Amino acid sequence: MTFPATTVIDDTPKAATRAPSARGEGNPAKAGWLTKTFLTVLCVLWMVPIIGTLVTSFRPLDDANNSGWWQVFTHPFDNLGNLTFDNYTRAWENSNMGQAFINSLAITLPATFIPILIAAFAAYAFTFMEFWGRDVLFLGIVGLLVVPNYVAFVPMLKIYGNLGMNGTFPAVWLAHIGFGMSLAIYILRNYMATLPKTVIESAKIDGASHFQTFFRLILPMSVPALASFAIFQFLWVWNDLLVALVFIGPGANEPVTVALAGLRTSVGQGWELTTAGGFIVIILPVIVFLAMQRFFVRGMTAGAVKG
Amino acid sequence: MAGKALTALITVVIGIGAALILYYALNKLAEMLPDKWEERVKPIFYVLPAVLAIVVYLVYPAILTVINSFKDRSSTEWVGTENYQTLFTDKGFQEAVFNTLLWILVVPAACVVLGLAIATLADRLGPNGEKLSKTTIFLPMAISLVGAATIWRFVYYAAPAGQPQIGLLNAALGQFGMDPVAWLQQSQYHFNSFLLMIVLLWSQVGFSMVLLSAAVKGVPVDTMEAARIDGASERQIFFRVVVPQIKGTIITVYITVLIGVMKVFDIVYVMTNGNFNTNVLGNEFWNQLSTNFNNGSAAAIVVVLMIAVIPIMIYQVRHFRAEEANA
Repeated sequence: MTFPATTVIDDTPKAATRAPSARGEGNPAKAGWLTKTFLTVLCVLWMVPIIGTLVTSFRPLDDANNSGWWQVFTHPFDNLGNLTFDNYTRAWENSNMGQAFINSLAITLPATFIPILIAAFAAYAFTFMEFWGRDVLFLGIVGLLVVPNYVAFVPMLKIYGNLGMNGTFPAVWLAHIGFGMSLAIYILRNYMATLPKTVIESAKIDGASHFQTFFRLILPMSVPALASFAIFQFLWVWNDLLVALVFIGPGANEPVTVALAGLRTSVGQGWELTTAGGFIVIILPVIVFLAMQRFFVRGMTAGAVKG
Repeated sequence: MAGKALTALITVVIGIGAALILYYALNKLAEMLPDKWEERVKPIFYVLPAVLAIVVYLVYPAILTVINSFKDRSSTEWVGTENYQTLFTDKGFQEAVFNTLLWILVVPAACVVLGLAIATLADRLGPNGEKLSKTTIFLPMAISLVGAATIWRFVYYAAPAGQPQIGLLNAALGQFGMDPVAWLQQSQYHFNSFLLMIVLLWSQVGFSMVLLSAAVKGVPVDTMEAARIDGASERQIFFRVVVPQIKGTIITVYITVLIGVMKVFDIVYVMTNGNFNTNVLGNEFWNQLSTNFNNGSAAAIVVVLMIAVIPIMIYQVRHFRAEEANA
């Protein structure tokens, strides 16, 4: 949960962020061959580890352990024909990755969507209502943004133990809701502060209650910020290892991250299974990320640049 | 299996439904009060559930953690500062502290420098080239650190000498006729720690690049043009015109990465489990909690982290107040 200066402003189209110049749009300095080579090499370096993992995950055991994955490209005729989906079937069924995938969904969905409404109500009060201690309370939340969630583990383990909640889904749902709350309030409050005050005032004059104003005006207007938080929270919960290790641990309820970390230690697992398991872990967030990238980037940049 | 997925969906519906009913009830309750009280109570009702979540999962446990750090392994008897004394005299812990400091020193700075370099250079490409290169660098951010660690463990993999090398680095060495190296065990000069840092950099540089890229694009071209007309070199324009104007974003990126680095756990846990002198505080915490079952030591490690984070917290609050004052 570390996105301190994340405000979300949706109405700043990317093209307009470049300040106008006498020469019009774009950076007048153009890339030379050195720049292009540097960036190309960097991008290739960035992708090669992923490609290697992906290719290996489709190679049969003997191929994967006896020759490098690049052989698929250097000796295509010997290798291409052997590629198989078998590793995925085995990882999914025998190594518990399938069960873990469902568990991850079961953990992530509630932990992503439930905090949104709770945070939105709080953000509304912090933005549009006057109450005693408001500013101090909000500063407290800003400060808590950077507190590592490690603080919760030892005491909560004990409390959960007394309640018999260790190893259950509600234990992690509640934990993620608690850990994500300060960021959610922060993002939403900063976004709501940019909404035109006149809209709220005219609603008040028309006799709308706070409850109505919240549901009819503010919530619909805040959709970009809500979505931005939802994406952060989804990626964070899906990709989390430590919270799941502490409160759920290996076993029937383990999410994909715990299952993948477990594949490392279990004896006799070859690279063909580990790589397939790795892809089962990363595929969903990567799809969500690529599909929502513009949204994600816009939410992340607009606020931080302000600072 | 399908049952669990269904449970998750039902939980989402029930959770949101329950929250709706709760707020509706609280709102009605407030409206039944006299007008003067309604105005006072309503905001508190709106804020209460969220604040409660934060208190239960951050504030209260933080206090308990401080208390537990002065108690024994099962948090029953008071032991004074024994946990801290044991920790700070323990060689393994000193190693973990040193390595964490090394991470703190290297990763955030490297992340900013690399991110800024890529952002500045990609800005000069055509729109398609820029988009493609940025997506490529940004993509690993979506990948969990467990996934990243698995991917990179494969790159660093060393098969025994004589067997075919399927790890990329050792295969490359083999091309030059060199013997394979067990990369993650090379602890001289903390070389293996740096190899682990590369994984975090690979994952986080995209974040840094995206924020800095937006900042670089926000620098008015006029200021750069003016410098150019005055005869400034590209290098001078970058360091004297661009960098000062994006200082705020640089600090934001630095701090964000810094907080992540302090808590780094997944990469070390998956790749070396802290062996070969690569241990860090996050992994040591997990070892104390799960292997040694020592709540006292685990809590003391968290307190060390909390103290380390206080300066950042103060900066964060001050920064926020300054920004609010400007708005």
